[in-house]
This record gives sequence, C-alpha cells and structure tokens, in this order.
Amino acid sequence: MALVKLNTPIDEATIRSLHVGDSVSISGRLYTGRDAVHHRLHTGVKPPVDLEGQIIYHCGPVMVKEGDQWVCKAAGPTTSSREEPYQWEVIRDYKIRGVIGKGGMGEKTLAACKEYGAVYMHAIGGAAQVCAASIKRVDGVDWMDLGSPEAIWHLWVEDFMAIVTMDAHGQSLHKQVFEESKERLSHLKA
Amino acid sequence: MTAQPLHEVRSQSQLFESILELIRRTSTQLPDDVVHAVNAARGVEKEGSNAAVALNVIGCNIGLARESSLPLCQDTGTILFFVHTPVGYDQLELEEAATDAVREATRKGYLRQNSVDSVTGKNTGDNTGPGSPVFHFEQWREPHVEVKLMLKGGGCENMNAQYSLPHPDLGGRDLKGVENAILDCVLQAQGQGCGPGILGVCIGGDRGTGYAFAKEQLLRTMDNVNDDPQLAELEERIVQKANQSGIGPMGFGGKTTLLGCKIGKLNRLPASFFVSIAYMCWAFRRRGFTLDLQGAVMNWLY
Repeated sequence: MALVKLNTPIDEATIRSLHVGDSVSISGRLYTGRDAVHHRLHTGVKPPVDLEGQIIYHCGPVMVKEGDQWVCKAAGPTTSSREEPYQWEVIRDYKIRGVIGKGGMGEKTLAACKEYGAVYMHAIGGAAQVCAASIKRVDGVDWMDLGSPEAIWHLWVEDFMAIVTMDAHGQSLHKQVFEESKERLSHLKA
Repeated sequence: MTAQPLHEVRSQSQLFESILELIRRTSTQLPDDVVHAVNAARGVEKEGSNAAVALNVIGCNIGLARESSLPLCQDTGTILFFVHTPVGYDQLELEEAATDAVREATRKGYLRQNSVDSVTGKNTGDNTGPGSPVFHFEQWREPHVEVKLMLKGGGCENMNAQYSLPHPDLGGRDLKGVENAILDCVLQAQGQGCGPGILGVCIGGDRGTGYAFAKEQLLRTMDNVNDDPQLAELEERIVQKANQSGIGPMGFGGKTTLLGCKIGKLNRLPASFFVSIAYMCWAFRRRGFTLDLQGAVMNWLY
C-alpha cells in the first residue's frame, strides 16, 4: 500500500496509476459538492468553476464568517451513495479526476471511473476536525442559494488524507467487503 | 383556575446559558463511555490496516474537537432533546429557551445550518423550523429538571431500518427473527453510517413509537446491561456476530463493526411485529444534565 502525493489538478495517467488500498495525500484545490449541486448539474446547469482535473469533495462543512473571511470549522465527508445517480455524468461531462466522500459508490460510478479515468477516495467519516486541519483556506463559494452545507466551497488543502477505495481498473473495496460480509453473515444466521 | 408555575421568577438567561453549554459540549466532546469503547476497539485491529488507520484518525479527531471546542463532526445532525420536568413546570418556556440556544449555537458554529424546507429546499439558516429542534417531554415526580441531548447525523440516520416480521428471508415473530433483522440492517449499512456503530433497537410498538423508542435506547450508557436477561444476551450476541462480519470501521474491512447494541421492547398489536433500528455513528454525541428550577446546572450526566 503506497502513500501517493497528489496535487490538483490531476492528469489522467496519475489517476490510472492508483489502486484500491493506496493512501493519498492531496494538496491544492478541492471543491465541495453534494446532493443539491449534483442534482443541479444533472438538470443541465453548467458548473460555475472549471472542474477539469479537479476533485469533488462530498462535504457539507460548518462555515462561519469572521469579518470578510469564511472560516471552516468542521469538514468531514458525507455519504456518497446519494450521488450515485449523478456522479458518472459529472465525471464524463466535466472531466473530474476524483471524488472524495465516505461509504463508497455503486456500479455506475465504478464504470465511469474506469472509462473516463477517475478514482473514489474515502476520507474518515465523522473526522471533521482531522479533515478541517488540512484545509488551509477558504478561497470562495458558489451557489450559496442552495444553503451553506450544499454550496460549492473552494477549499485550499495541504496533505488531505484519504484512501483509494474505488479505482480506474474496475476494483471496489466496497463491493468486495459487501460480498464477503454477506457471505459471512449468512453463516451466522439465527 | 390556571395552574401556577412552581416559582415566581425564573432567569431565562440562566436556562438559555445552561442549554447553550449543553449544546457546545455535546457537539464537541464525545462522552467518556463512548471514548472508552472507541479506545478499546483501537487495540483490536491489525496494525497498519485501513481499519486501524480509521480508528486512529477517529481517536485523533475526538481529541482535536475537545481541545479546540469545535464540532466533532460537521453534520451536527438532528437535535434531539429528551426532557423530564416536575409537575407544573412550564415546558413551553424551556422549549423557547432551548430553541434560542440552538440559534445561538448555530451562529457560533457549534451546530451546522441543518434545517431545510422539504418542499422549497430553503435552509432556514438557524436550525429552527417545523420539526427542529425535536423535543420529547415527560413529567416526573422529581423536584428538578433533566435534559438529555443527542445529536444524530444524517449519514447514520439514513441507515436506520424498520422490519416487519414475519419476513421471508429473516424469519418469524421471535427473537431469532429479530436477531436476523438487526444483522441485516448491519449488512445493508456497511460503512455508510460511519461505523463502528451503536444500535438502538425497539422490538414492537407501532412504526412511529418503535423508531422513537429505538432512539431512546441510545440514552443508555455503553456499559449499561439490559434488565431483561433475554435482551441482555441478544445485545451481546448481535455485537459478537456483527464483529465477525468483516465490515469493520468505515466499511474498510476489519473486526470492529459495532461498538454496542441496546434493545428495548414495547407492546404491539396482535397484527404487527416491528423491529425498529436506530443506527448511531461512532461520533455518538450524547450529553445531559439536571437543572434546578432557575435553570442552573446541578449535575452533568454521562
């Protein structure tokens, strides 16, 4: 299991060199985007920022405005499976190279990762302070009309840690653990 | 004749300040019994495994949140107040003070703006609105007030499940059927509820009371043993079996899938048999205190 340093924006070759189980340390820009953002993109609205080579972070942070500056108070990942109907399209249409979230995603996303060259990276759910510690600045925000947790926040991160759990080779740790646990629990039935 | 309050003057600000502090502590400091359970799990996973990494990050996060007085998790969740008041106590006044404290806690960043109109999608921005915060009031014969607060994030709330027995794959209306239903919930949740999780379960009731009582089970401390020996045994068995599933922390694979399981029962209709499961994440934010009638803190719970 390697520790790979990634700087955004990321090229396709780098992404395709990653494998399930790799730890990644990400520096550069992250854009948050969760339920309402994915739904709006799905309806055909163009993103307000260039997403090519970028990473979308499934996260609804706690943000407080101190003077003129937004300050991030907490920013762990949210459950990604809710974006399953939309994520593949966003990967295809806007050439994002990665998604960070928690809980993993399904077949459509996995197929899009393989076809277009992207990975799913798992942050530690609930660990909002550890994640926030690597967020050095909040550089801007779009789509604030969706409400603060649902807006697109422009975060600047240094050494944001995550684990690749779905890669561009069709592998998914989530699929594997689900199948294995289903099998094990079937033998433990009362 | 209208009922007179038990006291002439109550300091609204004291009640407000006490509840604001309750919210701050709940959002930023995991209760000791949960910290112990997380720490015990850290010794179980294989060194260097993703499961061990996840638990170490969780341990780190618990410390960071406490030191910096910032939310453990950005999803500060559904705000659930469980309140006991003496007969004659003005519950509406407590509700107003607590709602004001929620607004202030949101402004200060102890709580995220988490109350969204379900039709328009508009966020009220202060965590209030229909259904938020949630209050469960009960009267009791004690002379003081008790307030318990639970913050339950949406990720784990989405993993709650309710089963109606008999079920073709899970079994009939007995504790075997109940056990299989609970383990199915664990299987379906995988890592999506931010495990290792803690389950609150209600056997019986109707669909509404079942879920409410399942959440109330989570007010029991982690080391609390069920008074009912059959349920105590079932609680232990569920944890053992779930931890053999290999789901592990965050669903990464590993030995710690559940930290605990608390089961209660309610009577049911002859026609119904529900098993309601409230899945709580490792960031199990639950605190409480007793208050005197002026709203000053007497004792902290948990």
